[in-house]
Amino acid sequence: MAKPSGPHASDGASIRLDAVGFDFGDMAMHFDLAIAPSSIAAIIGPSGSGKSTLLNLIAGFETAKSGRILIGGQDVTHAPPARRPVSMVFQDNNLFAHLDVAANVGLGRKPDLKLNNADRTAVSEAIRKVGLAGKEVRKPEALSGGERQRVAIARALVRNRPVLLLDEAFASLGPALRHEMLDLVGNLQEDTRMTIVMVTHHPEDALRLPSTLFYLEHGKIVASGPAKELLSDKRPSLLRKYLGVKDSDL
Amino acid sequence: MTADRSLKPLAGASALALLAILAGGALLSLAIEAMGGRTEGFATFDSYLWRIARFTLVQALLSMLLSVALAVPLARALHAHPAFPGRAMILRLFALPLALPALVAVLGITSIYGRNGLLAATFRALGLDAIPDIYGLTGILIAHVFFNLPLATRLILSGLDSIPEDYWKLASQLGMNGWARFRLIEWPVIGRNLSGIAGLIFMLCITSFTIVLTLGGGPRATTLEVAIYQALHFDFDIARAVSLTLLQLCLTIAVLAVLGLSGRPAEEGFSLHTATRRFDRPPLGAKLLDGGLILFGLVFVGLPIAGTVVSGLAADLLRLLSERPVWQAILTSLILGASAAALSLIISLALVMAREYLANERRDAPPTLFERALDLGASLIMVVPPIVIGAGWFILSRHFVDPFSLAPIMVVSVNAAMAIPFAFRILRPSWDTAASRHNRLCAQLGIAGWNRLRLIDWPALARPLGVAFAFAMALSLGDLGTIALFGNNSIQTLPFLLLQRMGSYRTEDAAGLALILGFLCLLLMIIADRGASRLARTESGNNG
Repeated sequence: MAKPSGPHASDGASIRLDAVGFDFGDMAMHFDLAIAPSSIAAIIGPSGSGKSTLLNLIAGFETAKSGRILIGGQDVTHAPPARRPVSMVFQDNNLFAHLDVAANVGLGRKPDLKLNNADRTAVSEAIRKVGLAGKEVRKPEALSGGERQRVAIARALVRNRPVLLLDEAFASLGPALRHEMLDLVGNLQEDTRMTIVMVTHHPEDALRLPSTLFYLEHGKIVASGPAKELLSDKRPSLLRKYLGVKDSDL
Repeated sequence: MTADRSLKPLAGASALALLAILAGGALLSLAIEAMGGRTEGFATFDSYLWRIARFTLVQALLSMLLSVALAVPLARALHAHPAFPGRAMILRLFALPLALPALVAVLGITSIYGRNGLLAATFRALGLDAIPDIYGLTGILIAHVFFNLPLATRLILSGLDSIPEDYWKLASQLGMNGWARFRLIEWPVIGRNLSGIAGLIFMLCITSFTIVLTLGGGPRATTLEVAIYQALHFDFDIARAVSLTLLQLCLTIAVLAVLGLSGRPAEEGFSLHTATRRFDRPPLGAKLLDGGLILFGLVFVGLPIAGTVVSGLAADLLRLLSERPVWQAILTSLILGASAAALSLIISLALVMAREYLANERRDAPPTLFERALDLGASLIMVVPPIVIGAGWFILSRHFVDPFSLAPIMVVSVNAAMAIPFAFRILRPSWDTAASRHNRLCAQLGIAGWNRLRLIDWPALARPLGVAFAFAMALSLGDLGTIALFGNNSIQTLPFLLLQRMGSYRTEDAAGLALILGFLCLLLMIIADRGASRLARTESGNNG
């Protein structure tokens, strides 16, 4: 397998789902979408609409029943998760509770934790970039919720994969902290140019970063376009119902 | 708030007093005998005592090591293959030995590994000259592993199931291989519980009576418990019995002290595990190895159980059931079992209610000595093993009455005490949850005393009480220890009758009786299991 290496190897990759079919219980899902390299995509939609399933398909935790999934032009439809050029951050349980911050990040470099000097340098560099310098030897229990997600992002940085998936990664954080994390992700994205796909149930997250919005309902993408347009006053009536009372929040 | 004084602390104190009399009387009797010079005490810690103590420890240690060493890879294999054909059935099968009386299992094991068992028949058919001899250490180890391998496997598996699914997603995304997964994900969880699981098994094997009595090979393969029984029942050597009992008590307390340092295994409950989804694709070699392991576990646990059923059905069940002694033994067992279950429920409930009342009254203050005593009282039987209580009372009562006439009282009270730790653990969470939900509302509406018990507490408690009753009764039905000590021709329980038929080489009768006994215990356990899983569902439903 061709592991990306070097500082610029992680320039974003494009993502394409080509008539991907997937049965989720009784719901037949069907995805067709294209995400440009080095862009930010925000997936929104009611709960149960298939947002997380979409990410799981891209990451390889679910296998498509039909259709093709291409990342950076490569067909990864049947590739196991480790062979996909993808890192993912979950809402929780991103960190192994018995390992300290440095080890948790180090896993992104070597899954058996046999780190050499270059690995160690990369790890401390990533920890510094997410603003956790000095907390290398802390266990996850001694970190706040936001700090834990920062560790997970640092691990994604040392993995150096061209795609980063955020599965409601900041949903359990308060508004201020969530914005802070989004800004961090935005800055890192400018740096690394990785493609970001984030699932969120806060539409305003999509506005905070220059993102393309994909709106899901019943396992299908029913609207997509620049977030600024879709969430503006001229938004399609389709979204109006989902956004509902949140109009005033925007 | 109304100022009426609750009767709950009084009920708790009475329950504690009852337990204290049961254990204290036995200990007092042993102390008197030891002081009175009518015993060899430890002065004659002769080679016989030393040999028995050593064998007790060695067989327990070996049983524990074998069970755990096999359970770790087996649990890993079961966890790694959530879609293994028949996996749910295998886990259900692994819950069976817990419900099976030791005597029934012994017959099942003999039907496979015994002189006339399946293994011997296979050897013969292959023209081999080897005749398996399981009496002695081999048989004891096979039986202990039969009981404890499934237990350890289920405990380890429930530990593995507690690993969040996200960890497995991460592991597969990061590309961890089998060894890295074991080292970084599985071992931290397994290792945390392993000392507790090993300790639990060691404890169970040290106090194992029935298996050693029936499969032990004479004085060379005897444990303290069996030696106590033989000293009292056959030799009527009180002095020796006292020395042995004191030794057993010291051993138990020493092991418990060590266990206390290592912690307990995570509680498993009764419910069947749901399989965790794994996101890895193990290589073919690992798959074959895991499949082989699971198959071995299935055969090892399944064969003796199948043997019990097959040889039981071969017996003349109709004739057996028409025999008067058999009917009487079944009836005696049911009456004594139900009484023991009722007594253990009353005592446990008194402890639980008093504990919650005191904890609620003191609010944030540290728990009083009394409250802590209520907790400790529930696990008293762990410290003072049933055989010690039985032997103590046997020795004490012979000054006043014929010890054998005490059989019903002793069986009921000792079996009740044996079930209390379990009943307490089943009842306490339900009671505490219900109390925390209802206390303030009841206080505001003035619902108290009998009305509260009838209207508020009973509906919440009926099911856990049923579960605990079925469990306690099954435990008592299968128990041989106390009845072996006090049993005689005028009072026979089913296990006692079974032991007698085995002793007089009426193998077919024994197999038939074992099937009946196993069936009764299993029925009760299924009732308990069903109730418990429904309990878990309603509780989680109420919380959610």
